[in-house]
Amino acid sequence: MKHEKAKKFGMVIDLDKCTGCGSCMVACMAENNVPFREDETDKLLSVAWMRVYKLTNGKPFPDADICYLPRPCQHCEGHHGHSPCVSVCPATATDYDTRTGIVSQIYARCFGCRYCMAACPYHVRLFNWYDPVWPDGMEQSLNPDVSVRMRGVVEKCSFCIQRYQMAKDRAYMEGREDIEEEDYQTACTQACPADAITFGDLNNPHHKVHQLARPDHRNGGKPRAKNLFRLLERLGTNPKVYYKSSREWVRNLGDNHDAIQEKA
Amino acid sequence: MSTEDEQAKAVSEDEISEIPETGSPEIGENEQDGSGAMIILFFILGFVASLIVGWIIFPKLLYSQKQQPVAFNHAMHNELVDEGCESCHFFREDGSYSGVPKLAQCIDCHEEVQGESEAEEYFVTEYVQKEREVPWLIYAKQPPCVFFSHVAHVKKGDMDCVTCHGNIGESESLRVYEENRISGYSRDIWGSNIGGFKKNSWDRMKMDDCAECHRKENVNQGSVQTEKGACFVCHR
Ligand code: HEC
Ligand code: HEC
Ligand code: HEC
Ligand code: HEC
Ligand code: HEC
Repeated sequence: MKHEKAKKFGMVIDLDKCTGCGSCMVACMAENNVPFREDETDKLLSVAWMRVYKLTNGKPFPDADICYLPRPCQHCEGHHGHSPCVSVCPATATDYDTRTGIVSQIYARCFGCRYCMAACPYHVRLFNWYDPVWPDGMEQSLNPDVSVRMRGVVEKCSFCIQRYQMAKDRAYMEGREDIEEEDYQTACTQACPADAITFGDLNNPHHKVHQLARPDHRNGGKPRAKNLFRLLERLGTNPKVYYKSSREWVRNLGDNHDAIQEKA
Repeated sequence: MSTEDEQAKAVSEDEISEIPETGSPEIGENEQDGSGAMIILFFILGFVASLIVGWIIFPKLLYSQKQQPVAFNHAMHNELVDEGCESCHFFREDGSYSGVPKLAQCIDCHEEVQGESEAEEYFVTEYVQKEREVPWLIYAKQPPCVFFSHVAHVKKGDMDCVTCHGNIGESESLRVYEENRISGYSRDIWGSNIGGFKKNSWDRMKMDDCAECHRKENVNQGSVQTEKGACFVCHR
C-alpha cells in the first residue's frame, strides 16, 4: 500500500460566532448513540461527548460579558502521540493514530479503571455508571455504524470516526485514492447553525482549518494565526482543537492565565 | 445478647470439640505402602481425561449447530445469473456492501416455483410468497464493534473472495452454521480447529489474522501504543 501523507484532523471553533444554542451537543448525542437517563440532574454522572460551557468575565453590569465554549475531545498529540490519556491506559484501550491524529477508544477493551479520566485535563472522558436504557422503540433509531457502550467503560468523542471510514469507502468506490475535505465532517460541525465549527486536516494547506489556525508544527502545533488559542496550552498537551476569540479575557481564561497571574 | 446468639455459640463450640475425633492425623503413614505407580497412573488417567474434555467435549458443547433457513446452491446459481457474484453480492454507490442478498435479488426468477426441488418450493412458499426476508446466518459475521470494508479489499486491494471466505462461492450446499454459546459469535472467527491452527488463509478471521495481513501489506500501521495497526482502522 502506498503511503499517503499522514493526516491530522482538527477543529477550529470560533467563539465569537457561538451562540451557545447546544445544537452541536444534540447532533453529537444522536450521531454517536450517547446514552442518557431519565434524571440528568447530577451532571457528574451524565455522559456528553460534546459539552458547551458558559464562561463569564466576572465583572459587574456595564462590563459583564459571557462566552460559550463548546468542548469536544481535544485529541491531544502530546509529544509523538503520547497524549495524557494514552500514556496512562493500562489496557491499550485508548490509542493515538499517527496516520489520522485521532485518539481512539475501544470500549470492548476498556475495563473502567478511569486512569484516563484522571489524566485528561479537559474532562472529555466520561464513565458509564449505568447500562444505557433507551426509551421504548428508540433502540430502532440508534446509529448502526457506532457501537453502543455498556456499563463500566469510559467513552469520549471520536471525531465521528465512522464518518471517516464511510467517506473512505465512498472514495474507493469512486476510484479515488483519498477523501475530499467535505467528505468527512463531524456531526457537530454540520449541525452548528452559526458555522462556528470548522473541521478538516491540519496538515493539508488547502483545508480551511489549516488556513484558519496556521499551526506551527515545529513548535508543538501552536497557532500562528491571530486571536487563536488552545485550552491549557502551557501543559504541552498539543491538542488539535483550536479556539478563536477576539476577546482577550476569553483567550486568557483558556489558559488559566488570570489564576497564574494572581499567584505570581 | 439474645438467647439465639448463645445457642449459636454453644453449637459452634460443639463443632470445634468434635473436629479432633473425626479428622484422623495418621493418613500420611498409610500412604507409604500404596505404590507410587498408582499415583502416576492416577495422574495419567486424569491428564488424559482432561485433555479429552478440553479438546473434544468442551468444543462440542461450546458451539451450537444451526441449519441455514434455506438450502441455497451457489454452484448452480452461478451458471444461471448474468453478472456472476455481482448479481447477488454487489457494492452500493456509497461504497457499502450489500452482503447477503435480499429477496429483491431472487424475485425475478422465483416469483413462482420453477422446478421440482423441495428446497425451492419451500423457499418460494415460505419466503417469496409471504414477502419475508430470509434470515441468513452469516459465517463471516464479526462482532458489532468491528468495521470491515469490502471495497477497500476487493476494489482497491484487488483481493479474491476466496482469500477470506474459502470456497463458499462455488459450493453446492451451505454448511452447518456453528455459534459460540458464550459470545454468540460465528465459529468461523475462531476457526474450526480448536487449537487455533490454520492451513488456509480463510480458516480463521480473528483480530490477529486481520492484523497479520495488514502488517505484511503495511496498511495504516499508525498505532502509538502497539506500533501496529491503529484501532480505529477496524473498530468504531
Ligand atoms: C443467486 C444469488 C447468488 C449468487 C450469484 C452468488 N451468491 Fe453468494 N450467497 C447467496 C446467498 C443467498 C447467500 C446466503 C447464504 C449464507 O448466509 O451464507 C450467499 C452467501 C455467500 C457467502 C457467505 C457469506 C457468509 O459469511 O455467510 C459468500 C462468501 C458468497 N456468497 C460468495 C459468493 C461468490 C464468490 C459468488 C460468485 C462466484 C457468489 N457468492 C454468487 C447468493 C448468491
Ligand atoms: C479481506 C477479507 C475478505 C474478502 C477479500 C472478502 N470478504 Fe466478504 N467478508 C469478510 C468479512 C470479515 C466479513 C464480515 C463482515 C462483518 O460482519 O462486518 C464478510 C462478509 C461477507 C458477506 C456477508 C455480509 C453481510 O453481513 O451480509 C458476504 C455475502 C461476503 N462477505 C461476500 C464476499 C464476496 C462475494 C467477496 C468477493 C467479491 C468477498 N466477500 C471478499 C471478509 C472478506
Ligand atoms: C437467474 C435466475 C435466478 C435467480 C436470480 C435466483 N434463482 Fe434460485 N433457482 C433458479 C433456478 C432456474 C433454479 C432451479 C430450479 C429447479 O430446477 O429445481 C433455482 C433453484 C433454487 C433453489 C433450490 C436449489 C436446490 O438445490 O434444489 C433455491 C433454494 C433457490 N433457487 C434460492 C434462491 C435464492 C435465495 C435466490 C436469491 C438470492 C435465488 N434463488 C435467485 C434461478 C434463479
Ligand atoms: C489477506 C490480507 C488481509 C486480510 C486477511 C485483511 N485485510 Fe484489511 N486490508 C488489506 C489490504 C491490502 C488493505 C489495503 C487495500 C488498499 O488500500 O489498497 C486493507 C484495508 C483495510 C481497511 C481500509 C483501511 C483504509 O484506511 O482504507 C479496513 C477497514 C480493513 N482492511 C479491515 C480489515 C478487517 C477488519 C479484517 C479482518 C476481518 C481485514 N481487514 C483482513 C489486507 C487484508
Ligand atoms: C486489522 C484490524 C484490527 C485492528 C487494527 C484492531 N482490531 Fe480489534 N478486532 C478486530 C476484529 C476483526 C475483531 C473481532 C474478532 C476477534 O474477536 O478476534 C476484533 C476484536 C477486538 C476485541 C474483542 C471484541 C469482542 O467483542 O469480542 C477487542 C477488545 C479489540 N479488538 C481491541 C482492539 C484494540 C485495543 C486495538 C488497537 C490497539 C485493535 N483492536 C485493533 C480487528 C482489528
